[in-house]
Amino acid sequence: MLLIHCPYCEEDRSELEFRWAGEAHVVRPENIAAISDEEFAEFFFLRNNEKGLTYERWRHIHGCGRFFNAARDTVSDRFLMTYKAGLPKQPLPVAEKFAAIAEEKSVETWEQTEGDAR
Amino acid sequence: MRKYSVFAIAREAMRAHKGWEAQWTSPEPRSSYDVIIVGAGGHGLGAAYYLAKEHGITNIAVIEKGWLGGGNTGRNTTIIRSNYLYEESMDIYEHSLKLWEGLSQDLNYNVMYSPRGVMMLSHNIHDQQSFKRHINANRLYGIDNEWMTPEQAKAFVPVLDISKTARYPINGAALQRRGGTARHDAVAWGFARAAADRGVHIIQNCEVTGIRRGTGGEVQGVETSKGFIGAKKIGVSAAGHSSVVMEMAGVRVPLASNPLQALVSEPMKPIFPCVVMSNTVHAYISQSDKGELVIGAGTDQYNSYSQTGGLQIITHTLDAICELFPMFRRVKMMRQWGGITDNTPDRSPIQGVTPVPGLFVNCGWGTGGFKATPGSANLFAHLIAKGEPHKLAAGLTLDRFRTGRLIDEAAAAAVAH
Ligand SMILES: Cc1cc2nc3c(=O)[nH]c(=O)nc-3n(C[C@H](O)[C@H](O)[C@H](O)COP(=O)(O)OP(=O)(O)OC[C@H]3O[C@@H](n4cnc5c(N)ncnc54)[C@H](O)[C@@H]3O)c2cc1C
Ligand SMILES: [Zn+2]
Repeated sequence: MLLIHCPYCEEDRSELEFRWAGEAHVVRPENIAAISDEEFAEFFFLRNNEKGLTYERWRHIHGCGRFFNAARDTVSDRFLMTYKAGLPKQPLPVAEKFAAIAEEKSVETWEQTEGDAR
Repeated sequence: MRKYSVFAIAREAMRAHKGWEAQWTSPEPRSSYDVIIVGAGGHGLGAAYYLAKEHGITNIAVIEKGWLGGGNTGRNTTIIRSNYLYEESMDIYEHSLKLWEGLSQDLNYNVMYSPRGVMMLSHNIHDQQSFKRHINANRLYGIDNEWMTPEQAKAFVPVLDISKTARYPINGAALQRRGGTARHDAVAWGFARAAADRGVHIIQNCEVTGIRRGTGGEVQGVETSKGFIGAKKIGVSAAGHSSVVMEMAGVRVPLASNPLQALVSEPMKPIFPCVVMSNTVHAYISQSDKGELVIGAGTDQYNSYSQTGGLQIITHTLDAICELFPMFRRVKMMRQWGGITDNTPDRSPIQGVTPVPGLFVNCGWGTGGFKATPGSANLFAHLIAKGEPHKLAAGLTLDRFRTGRLIDEAAAAAVAH
């Protein structure tokens, strides 16, 4: 289970209190009736599904109830930071970048162990 | 390839089993192939087998970053059924079920397909209406599925608690008798052996890291950890990593990769005669031939490639199992693991052509593609050989997310699978 830092409550709380809410910073087109089917499919269905650093939204549904953004590594599931909704995509703090690289080496996922164990 | 038979066992028994040959070879890759398939799961290996068997294409490599069958094929709870709601789904899952019925003979490999019946529990009036709608749709389409009263369900699965005071009371069930289970590893191994026998190269421990394209945008081959390997056609069948591989060719697919977990108990004497699924309280259970209870849990809510999952997810499933089958409360769980499933917005698979000439995709089987292995592989082979989909898979196109012609199994069934 994940431990998630809500930037509004300013506390680390268990994942049970949160609902994942999809990729962050997806902007709804302003002229939605005018866009092509391709553009609509892109906006509505296509997500990055990154392996590695991802920006996503969470909602503290059993807490303050508010949406916020997070940066997480989808290989180790480690949160690199969380920040308030409405802020633009935040760059990773430098320390987190190094931690993320170190983490990638130390966390025992299949990708790191069996996957490479020739 | 030397055939497996009762005589082969007798012969080997007499010479201390020294004469068994390796089931497949591990060749060095050629510089190019007619077809490259990315991912040696059941779907990819099966596609190679059917390309060789039914379409006469044998200059094929199946490229696998780990070991064959080490992805979701070797991690799933092996539930097989075809009682889906929509025609597009019924077409492909029923095609698959028919192939399961003859697969051991066809491959000369015991895949232990066991049509022991798949029972889905109904807990409320909504379930009942939805299941009966499924049953009617299935029967009109020639697929078996029948309604059972709680008493009939209990007669079929004696350990089921149908009392009115149960925490999750049952008001009936749907049973597909031809549904059941198969031995997951044997499916990968059987397809691998039969494909290798027809000349297919299975290249393990070789990760595809790029897709090279020519001036017309067409595929030319793949970059791998063992160097560049050329190919006129590439079929991607990489389950949880499909969007990562497709991205290498600049094609975006609507997939979310989520961990899904399963667990098995200590082995016991035969106690559980079929497969029971409860979508409403989220429990999936059967007993393997080794005697272990095989239990499927749910997906984590977030995207991840960790191949692990949250403990609260399996706790939730075991809670439901203990309520439905009170006598399993004292059973010990032995192992737990996760796989990365590739889920589409409408929870139906994608199989079809892509905007890139020569590139074909088979993905989005999510939490329910083991049952489809032979059928999907068979139709994927057709797609790669002919360049256009077989009519049984014609609705599964990538393009449906543009046209809006979705196959909304998730909403209709309210289940993961
Ligand atoms: C816990 C769990 C329970 C399940 N239960 C059921 C069930 O009861 N019934 C059912 O029908 N389905 C079930 N499923 C779903 C089912 O397992 C899958 O849909 C199905 O097995 C997918 O088969 P596949 O051959 O496409 O994928 P896989 O077997 O995952 O094969 C894909 C392969 O691609 C390889 N690959 C990925 N990226 C690369 C790369 N870059 N280069 C080279 N190779 C690569 C992977 O290593 C992998 O071996 C379950 C899944 C899980 C995880
Ligand atoms: Zn909060």
